[in-house]
Amino acid sequence: MKKSLPPLVFVALLAGLPLIMKDNYYLHLMILFLMWVVIGSAWNLIAGYTGQVSFGDAAFFGCGAYTAGLLATHLGVSTWWGLALGGFTAIAVGLPFGWICFRMRGAYFALATLALNEVLRHGATIAEDFTGGMVGILIMPSFMSKIPYYYIALALAVASLASLQWVVRSKPGYYFVSIREDQDAAESLGVNTHLYKMLSLAYAAFWTGMAGALYMNYMGFIDPNVVFSLHDISIMAILVGIVGGVGTVYGPAVGAFVMVAVQELFRSGFFGLFKWLGAVSGSASLVKVAEVLTQAHVLGFGILVVVVILVLPNGIVGDWPKIRKRVFRLDAGA
Amino acid sequence: MAYFQIDKLVKYFGGLAAVNGVSFEVGQGEIFGLIGPNGSGKTTTFNMISGYHRPTSGRVLFQGREIHQLPTHKICHLGIGRTFQVVKPLGRMTVLDNVIAAAYSRTNSHHKAKEEALKTIDFCGLMPVKDVLAKALPIAGRKRLEITRAMATRPELLLLDETAAGLNPSELVEAIDLIRKIRANGTTIVIIEHIMHVIMTISDRIHAINFGQTIAEGTPKEVAANQAVIEAYLGTDYA
Repeated sequence: MKKSLPPLVFVALLAGLPLIMKDNYYLHLMILFLMWVVIGSAWNLIAGYTGQVSFGDAAFFGCGAYTAGLLATHLGVSTWWGLALGGFTAIAVGLPFGWICFRMRGAYFALATLALNEVLRHGATIAEDFTGGMVGILIMPSFMSKIPYYYIALALAVASLASLQWVVRSKPGYYFVSIREDQDAAESLGVNTHLYKMLSLAYAAFWTGMAGALYMNYMGFIDPNVVFSLHDISIMAILVGIVGGVGTVYGPAVGAFVMVAVQELFRSGFFGLFKWLGAVSGSASLVKVAEVLTQAHVLGFGILVVVVILVLPNGIVGDWPKIRKRVFRLDAGA
Repeated sequence: MAYFQIDKLVKYFGGLAAVNGVSFEVGQGEIFGLIGPNGSGKTTTFNMISGYHRPTSGRVLFQGREIHQLPTHKICHLGIGRTFQVVKPLGRMTVLDNVIAAAYSRTNSHHKAKEEALKTIDFCGLMPVKDVLAKALPIAGRKRLEITRAMATRPELLLLDETAAGLNPSELVEAIDLIRKIRANGTTIVIIEHIMHVIMTISDRIHAINFGQTIAEGTPKEVAANQAVIEAYLGTDYA
């Protein structure tokens, strides 16, 4: 019981956060952070635990988002139905895909997930009558305040982490890891590797789809390039996993926090630092730097990944003993 | 009807016949040795029995049931365990977790799987290293982990692929003891081995193949004296 105490305290703190943090800007960042916890954890199960690296998380994210959006535009029901059904739509897309593509191993499977995302993105663009094409889907948000969204995002994040925790400590978790470590050995131990890879994919698709449905509800606008985005969704999911720690339960939660912070740091030009410097010094080149930096977050991601892989190959959580030893000069065993 | 039988097994890789019409029968409780020079088709035969390769033709029968069309994991559930010649530890899992993963083949409960795993680890003598990562084990430990993991799936028939290769003399003695203990426990064993001392000591009967075809079968003494076997191993000059 003692071990589950820190996460519970942490969740309680997060639940109390809107009471003290009234600023909508920071609440918005927290909602994004919680959404990325859900997506990162889902990616972590299929890629980190089962070892089937996916470059196409946006496919499932977009499925969830479009389920919510299309239900509203075509059936006139609330977009919140998307939160109930978005995950299952993602599973419905993921399972046939997995059934065919899990015959491929390693990099070939990763390439197939990339293709799945592109197929869906083009599909959503071309089927204008059904999806609205590049015009996208615009809905009226249900709440003016951000606080309800914050609590829904928090509930999703807690539920996804709790389910991940449960899964990796039970039979499927052991089977997922044995598939990652050696698929042939796993087969000889009685693991139906095809079936368990499909289960793992279904889990990842479900939670990523749920996050997509939340995104539709919260942002109120989607188009194919936003929700089926390779670098904003798929790559970001991978980065969240790698930075936090692949194959650790809490890694993606830490990774999500770092990545949302880094993304925001670049988007806001280091919170306006360079813009301010440019204005103060009157230097035109500094203003230019500020402009370039705000568009350079992908470059920033790239540098961050190189640094993380060189210094902390197991991510922040995976290499935590190392960090403790180096930074705080504490003994790992103590 | 034999307990376990392979019947005119043939496997072609392209135009090469890796196994070409091998048949043998194994009785319940036997230790059955499979020998032959490098590339003679021993491991391919194992791979066909455990479902990694589909035979080009021929049959594999276990307790009267044809199993050569079944997938590998089903064959495991039927009660045929195997080890790999090139060991395949689940590297970034501890020894205990490796064996728990195997024990899950007979139960869904974590508690039961762990209990069974600990029992098997104790039986196979890996207790001192149960919390070590599998990739950190030396070769003798990895070979033993292969056997332990296979045993945790509770096989009735165990296929051992060169489990003694690469061991030093004292480790060899321990390996032989373990294999005898497993047989005494009621498990039938088919073993591939290059170390003649091992295979001659523990086998009840030996089947020798060369170029994918049977050259001799009989007790260790008969096979050791067989002209074709000596030719296959030492060349015609010494025969």
